[in-house]
Amino acid sequence: MYSDYASLRAWAESEIARTRPADRTRILVGLGTCGIAAGGLDVLAALREKLADMPVSAEIVPVGCIGMCFEEPLVDIVRPGEPRICYAKVTPKSIPTILEEHLLHNNVRKDLAFAVIGDEPYDGVPAWKQLPFFATQRRTVLRNCGFIDPESVAEYIVHDGYAALAKALFEMTPESVIEEVKRSGLRGRGGAGFPTGMKWAFCRQSPGEHKYVICNADEGDPGAFMNRSVLEGDPHSVLEGLIIAAYAIGADHGYIYCRAEYPLAIVRLRKALEQARALGLLGERIFGTDFSFDVTIKEGAGAFVCGEETALMASIEGKRGMPRPRPPFPAQKGLWGQPTNINNVETLNNIPPIILNGADWFAAVGTEKSKGTKTFALTGKVVNSSLIEVPFGMTLREVIFGVGGGIANGRQFKAAQTGGPSGGCLSSEHLDWPIDYETLTKAGSIMGSGGLVVMDDSTCMVDVARFFLNFTQSESCGKCIPCRLGTKRMLEILERIVAGQGKMEDIDLLLELGETVKLGSLCGLGQTAPNPVLSTIRYFRDEYEAHIKEHRCPAKVCKALITYRISEEKCTGCTLCARNCPVNAISGERKKVHVIDPAVCTRCDTCRQVCNFDAVLVD
Amino acid sequence: MNDKLREILQAPVTGKGDLIPLLQKAQEAEGYVSEEAIYAIAEKLRIPASEVFGVLSFYAQFRLRPMGKHNVKICRGTACHVRGSPLIVTAVESELQLGNGEDTTPDGLFTVEKIACFGACSLAPVMVVGGRTYGNLSPDKARRLIRKTAEEDHV
Repeated sequence: MYSDYASLRAWAESEIARTRPADRTRILVGLGTCGIAAGGLDVLAALREKLADMPVSAEIVPVGCIGMCFEEPLVDIVRPGEPRICYAKVTPKSIPTILEEHLLHNNVRKDLAFAVIGDEPYDGVPAWKQLPFFATQRRTVLRNCGFIDPESVAEYIVHDGYAALAKALFEMTPESVIEEVKRSGLRGRGGAGFPTGMKWAFCRQSPGEHKYVICNADEGDPGAFMNRSVLEGDPHSVLEGLIIAAYAIGADHGYIYCRAEYPLAIVRLRKALEQARALGLLGERIFGTDFSFDVTIKEGAGAFVCGEETALMASIEGKRGMPRPRPPFPAQKGLWGQPTNINNVETLNNIPPIILNGADWFAAVGTEKSKGTKTFALTGKVVNSSLIEVPFGMTLREVIFGVGGGIANGRQFKAAQTGGPSGGCLSSEHLDWPIDYETLTKAGSIMGSGGLVVMDDSTCMVDVARFFLNFTQSESCGKCIPCRLGTKRMLEILERIVAGQGKMEDIDLLLELGETVKLGSLCGLGQTAPNPVLSTIRYFRDEYEAHIKEHRCPAKVCKALITYRISEEKCTGCTLCARNCPVNAISGERKKVHVIDPAVCTRCDTCRQVCNFDAVLVD
Repeated sequence: MNDKLREILQAPVTGKGDLIPLLQKAQEAEGYVSEEAIYAIAEKLRIPASEVFGVLSFYAQFRLRPMGKHNVKICRGTACHVRGSPLIVTAVESELQLGNGEDTTPDGLFTVEKIACFGACSLAPVMVVGGRTYGNLSPDKARRLIRKTAEEDHV
């Protein structure tokens, strides 16, 4: 238990000095969900095995995601007095070479090293900020991800952790904390972009016996993993933000509502809560002051709509997660009928640096109305599939072609989808628009929580619209009829179009239904569900018309509208396709041209993928 | 009633807010939420069984039928979709001869689930078999993975 920050910091520093002597080599292994999926655990095992055989003493530190998903698994080596060298795409096989060369022969393998995570290049390896991927990024939310051991509270503290909480408790009143957040211009990172300080003020002013704060960690957008990476890589920072929010609002209890699909995030959050309680940073009389506050973790049960505030609260209360009309707003009558404040993970993560460095520091970055930085899960047909953080105001082109490294496989950019199922598709005409809340809305999409999926000329926009609608239709809670039935009818129309049975009137019907669903739904899910359809009609109407009028899928995706055939010029008769066809639709003798029977073919694409001669053509 | 479930039901509860956590624990113990568990939880929380059923049927996480021995999860996130996951779904379902919305093979060996997103988007399309993630799949690789899992089971 500590009653001032200096003694807490002193404890953390002695803890680090005791467990991590400065004269010892450290080896950092990226073990977020992405790192593990890419084989990080096998690399870890190989690392342990090899290290046991070597005459060096080194410590292995598991760290969170640094954002370079495309280079996973990552292993970083930091020798005393030397910079941190990051090795990318490490395999159990390359571990012995890397360790022997680097640790025994002082030889940094330039061919295997990716970058120096530091200011200066070293031994021919570039500094990370010299790489286009990192050059324009600015890490506020991700400041600790990939740098600290997420399970070590001492390491968080020596990186200025809980200093903001101490500053708020000892030097600021709740009102001045709210004022600072208001002045910073921070807006909700869950998607809607409501000013956070104002939200806190409403809740503070509402009368109530108890008040609650909730961290919304129910990141449900398919293709988005920003919050997960933060929870896995820097859980204490989210917790510190939540405690400061509770102090500002006057809440005595908090909840973190996390997706059950994020088991690692939940494990690390639980650990963070225990550690914070043990140090007196959570629970009764925090830092020895009169302020008491504790947190419960609630695991979501797999319902996208629970990302909506009122549905999320219903779920915590043990009910079906259905939204209710507002007002009363959660700030007036929320969880268990008491004033409640809900913030997204990323919003809360921004709070400690704002309190510590001041509102002006935060507001210096970004655009007039969108301050600070935003994390994005940059995925799809982009070279660098990654987790990035960039200042608001950067253009889509700078993000996709600069940070993202352009379109994969040398193909053409077609669209970028932001905001997940609630967002829309932007076309090449938007590439030079700055990314901020207002601009994206003007373009018919939304900022959303940060999914940014890049699509190329082999992506069918009608199919993408159907994909999102299929998702929202099955996730609609069913309370509002326009959403429940409207999304179903819209999906049926889209299915008709991709099957080649669409009519030209269908486009107008989709537009009409889309507007009705938007206007007639209570919550964000219904109000935004038509966006993917409306925006693809707006920017890619020609693709809809090709499906309807010409029964043609320009991207060659929609199964009912394509046929597979084998090129007579290119086929060598190697029989590989025939042997791999799961339905025996391919016939032909060895060394002779093969033929696909279109009546049997299921268009599973296996033959095209296995062919070594690009002889399988899609028409 | 299995011992684990009995143990779960003996722990103290505070109110209706415990319903979803109880259902989650029951499913963890039995692999699904059994009829027996529904009635027992209803009694424990002093609410109608219909209300328990109403809540559990709302959330995608809860299953009313036992899970197969091998759990195959196919990612249906956006990044996986644009990189070919519909073809993976078709390949796995045809390999296991699953149709008509069935998710478990008649022999109880495989259950196939479609997951909204794993967040391993750089490896898209992705599938998780027995807790292990396989990325950059093709329909062919997915089929072979299923066959290999089935063969290893018979050894």
